[in-house]
Amino acid sequence: MSNTLSFVRTEMLPQKTPPASSVGLQGWLRENLFSSVGNSILTLLTLGFLALILSNILPWVLFGIWDAGSLTECRAMFAERYADGREYACWAVVTDRWDQLIFGYSFGNLHEGLYWRPIVGLALILLALSPILYPNLPRGLYIATAASIFLYPWLIWGGSIWGPLTLALCIIAAVFAYRAVAKEVSSLIAIPASLLVLGVLVFFAMSPVSSGLNAVAPIELQPVPSREISGFVLSITIGIVAIVASLPIAVFLALGRQSNLFIVNKLSTGFIEIIRGVPLITLIFVATILLKYFLPSSVNLDPVVAVMVLVTLFTAAYIAEVIRGGLAALPKGQYEAADALGLTYWQAQRQIILPQALKISIPGIVSNFISVFKDTTLVSIVALNDPLGISNAIRSNSDWNGIVWELYGFIAIVFWIFCFSMSRYSMSLERKLQTGHR
Amino acid sequence: MSDMTSPPKQSFKFSMLLYDSRYRGITIQIFVLVMVLGSLGWLAGNAATNLAALGKPLRFDFLGDTASYDISQRLIDYKSTDSHGRAVLVGLLNTLLVAFMGCVAATILGVIGGVLRLSNNWLVSRLVAVYVEIFRNIPVLLWIFVCMFTITAIAPQPRDFRGDNATASMLLNDSVAVTNRGIYLPEPLFSRPLGDLNLGIFNMSIELLVLLVVLFGGVYAARWNNARANRIQVETGDRPDTTWANVAIIVVPLLAALLAMGFHIGKPELKGFNFKGGVNMSAPLIGLWLGLTLYTTTYIIEAVRSGIQSVSKGQSEAAFALGLRPGRTMSLVILPQALRVIIPQLISQYLNLTKNSSLAVAIGYMDLVSTLGGITLNQTGREMEAILMLMAIYLTISLLISAGMNWYNTRVKLVER
Amino acid sequence: MSDVAVERQIDRSKMQVSKEVAIEIVNMNKWYGQFHVLRDINLTVHKGERIVIAGPSGSGKSTMIRCINRLEEHQQGSIIVDGTELTSDLKNIDKIRSEVGMCFQHFNLFPHLTILENCTLAPIWVRKVPKKEAEETAMHFLEKVKIPDQANKFPGQLSGGQQQRVAIARSLCMKPRIMLFDEPTSALDPEMIKEVLDTMIELAEEGMTMLCVTHEMGFARQVANRVIFMDQGQIVEQNEPEEFFNNPKSERTKLFLSQILGH
Repeated sequence: MSNTLSFVRTEMLPQKTPPASSVGLQGWLRENLFSSVGNSILTLLTLGFLALILSNILPWVLFGIWDAGSLTECRAMFAERYADGREYACWAVVTDRWDQLIFGYSFGNLHEGLYWRPIVGLALILLALSPILYPNLPRGLYIATAASIFLYPWLIWGGSIWGPLTLALCIIAAVFAYRAVAKEVSSLIAIPASLLVLGVLVFFAMSPVSSGLNAVAPIELQPVPSREISGFVLSITIGIVAIVASLPIAVFLALGRQSNLFIVNKLSTGFIEIIRGVPLITLIFVATILLKYFLPSSVNLDPVVAVMVLVTLFTAAYIAEVIRGGLAALPKGQYEAADALGLTYWQAQRQIILPQALKISIPGIVSNFISVFKDTTLVSIVALNDPLGISNAIRSNSDWNGIVWELYGFIAIVFWIFCFSMSRYSMSLERKLQTGHR
Repeated sequence: MSDMTSPPKQSFKFSMLLYDSRYRGITIQIFVLVMVLGSLGWLAGNAATNLAALGKPLRFDFLGDTASYDISQRLIDYKSTDSHGRAVLVGLLNTLLVAFMGCVAATILGVIGGVLRLSNNWLVSRLVAVYVEIFRNIPVLLWIFVCMFTITAIAPQPRDFRGDNATASMLLNDSVAVTNRGIYLPEPLFSRPLGDLNLGIFNMSIELLVLLVVLFGGVYAARWNNARANRIQVETGDRPDTTWANVAIIVVPLLAALLAMGFHIGKPELKGFNFKGGVNMSAPLIGLWLGLTLYTTTYIIEAVRSGIQSVSKGQSEAAFALGLRPGRTMSLVILPQALRVIIPQLISQYLNLTKNSSLAVAIGYMDLVSTLGGITLNQTGREMEAILMLMAIYLTISLLISAGMNWYNTRVKLVER
Repeated sequence: MSDVAVERQIDRSKMQVSKEVAIEIVNMNKWYGQFHVLRDINLTVHKGERIVIAGPSGSGKSTMIRCINRLEEHQQGSIIVDGTELTSDLKNIDKIRSEVGMCFQHFNLFPHLTILENCTLAPIWVRKVPKKEAEETAMHFLEKVKIPDQANKFPGQLSGGQQQRVAIARSLCMKPRIMLFDEPTSALDPEMIKEVLDTMIELAEEGMTMLCVTHEMGFARQVANRVIFMDQGQIVEQNEPEEFFNNPKSERTKLFLSQILGH
């Protein structure tokens, strides 16, 4: 072809199939596993490594025994079934102690017939979370969210239903007080005023009203002492209480840290940095050892509740940073538009800023929930009976003395299923937020 | 509302405290401050009353009392007749030791893992992904238990090494013993010792000091050699290969110093029921170290991956189009940009690892929590002091690490803009 | 798809096409998975040619020029650049890449390096040029693209048009014999397109062999000696610009031209 030559294609070329070596299984293998000599060696080494690991672990897992009453029975069955004299997994400990591991002492083997309570509680929580996690669901489900905040503790701790209900009434009364004061006087005074109303009601009116109501219409569940709440129910309860209770605190901390009011800003920043600067275990020590000193000696502090309070503060500091990130990610125009519309600070926050900032923050909040859930294992260090604590108790029983891998394996798998599914959800949400319009 | 705090002026009206933007902020802040100080005061008052009732006023003199407990894993001299204060120092150094070891190991594994995760070998990349998903979704405490248990249950007991028909044997020419009580490594000994330097709190061996000086001298000389290579490259365009020269500059003086001081290895030996001599890494130290490393590595892998992926594909294409080889493209174009994303994440993982090292208390590694927040607390009953001190020390470590991170961030911002 | 008119008189004294072959592509085919992106491409480029490649998006024009310096791998056929055949041999790839310069749609300047460092990086590490000499060359080319005063700034501080001119200077610092342009003006605001096109015209006036994927038809009319129209991964029509624009033969070309020149 010279440069003067012109060319016109009269007939378009059709699609042709690619050469066999570049498509199909062969092409895939060549491209992904054997693209060069080095790569082929790497592939073979990896395959060897995998084979080594799996050949050691898989038989142990798969040839394990599921029905036995004790480790000795397990061992006898291994000797009977397999001639090679090797030991395999004794999964029987999981089936034998399933109730204890999942429901703990309170709902497990001590009080049979109460299983429905944590199960219903968990179902309630899932229902309550659904409108937050899947925004397409009907908004009416938010009522379930609000109700579950009061019903879940009732289902777990038992006692009279009127306790949580009167607390809910007190909060509703405080909200009305806020609205009334904000309308009549000023929204600024309304916040301390409503807090005052709440405090007065909770301290002076709650207990007589709830016991009175209980006398009239006794609706009670068998009470469960905090000490007995254990197993995965304890982990899940601490995790859920921490995340739910920390959210409002975190919102205020985040706003405080974003605020240009010097004292508010420094107080929020100081709180967040101190909490984030110390290990959770020291805070759990504060809960179990120090907190009783900081309260009047008349207060009888429940160790589980104390741990929940400190874990909540811990979570709040981390979530505050997530929400701060969400606030910072909002375009400045949103703040300016809110000001231009004449909204007050709190109106702007509630109607415009926070809904958007919280929406961007959900993936971060979910990953914080995962960390908190994993961190609940730390309570075993202060002798609370989370699954790890229970596993120690099971091992100290003569039936199962000497069993370790099976228990750790089971606990690990349950944690993994929870955490992995939540992290996948958080990642999919992040992708949706990135592609969707903000 | 505490309205009396700002003095009324001529034109001042009471309502301005709420409705005048000049005063409103001040009103809010004073209200918040009063509330917070009030609550803190209430808590502190309760604590003072309760402690006084127990006859335990807030005092730190318990740190001077005799500790009377042993710590087998330690970096500085310590015996049970030393004070609680010294026990706490041993614990703090143990915390820093395991944190340092964990950070180094997790960084090395994390960088290798991150690169393998991006490998175009499907199998390797998937395998790393599976590792990350398994290890980061299970609590770190469980991993620490698993690692600890692996050592104590699977490694042989010291007595298995004994006798003619020993079931276990030492590794690497009889210099390393892996037992369920820990790993015994050979220790460096000097036949012409230079003695110890008393630094007040602890003694530092002068041999180590000499070696450090020689090492730093060598590194400095190697840097000078690199600068020289740079100069030659600037002038002629050809860069002399500095690798071997640098190795020699660092290694030769070090070997000379070792020879001069009569360096030899002291192998651990089985005496009675346990190993004597050598450097002992106790089982809890190894368990904690492994557990923290395996867990934190997953986060570092993700940091490295996200850092490298944050550099757009166009950057490597532009470098290739200019004729740069993949290796140079990585070191000159991709890494300098990726590090800005990686390093802040890396430092925050170091912070997490250091804080997670406090889980030592669960497996009996004598770190800061096990000494100060554990045995010392139980022996002296000084709960308030011990836990406040514990938190203050961790807070200081964290703030130092964050200060380092902020310094890095501002420096990077200045360079790039 | 702006059609910025090139106003000034073009000096054609050095724009000569020699008989010597610069690039020869024979029966080249490429697939992405099952998708046949490049179909039987045959193209011979002589030294000094200025070729504009046009076509709808997804027609494979970018992929084709990216195959020439092996940013993309072809699966069938051969590509010979300056007598060196592109195979998986790294030596050949290195040789070709250091002789072929490329400019990208999104400039791809290195954001962590100054303008000057961007320009000296490859000469120093690939050509092993002394730093001082490399900097002199870089300043020479930066003057040529009319931004010598920005040499110590970072890419982020420059406008898009300036960045693209730096990218051109960066490629020129390697003293390439062939320049590839992959939609160099598509990411630019209209007022910046002209400054980049002016730079490209100057390059053409010096006799550089150029392959440009672009929608700047004004540039094609005045500077190109050949216009290639691609569609569905194949070369549909090629001709001298005069003929190509005034008398397109293929229906597809007519349709494309009517869309791009718009009325």
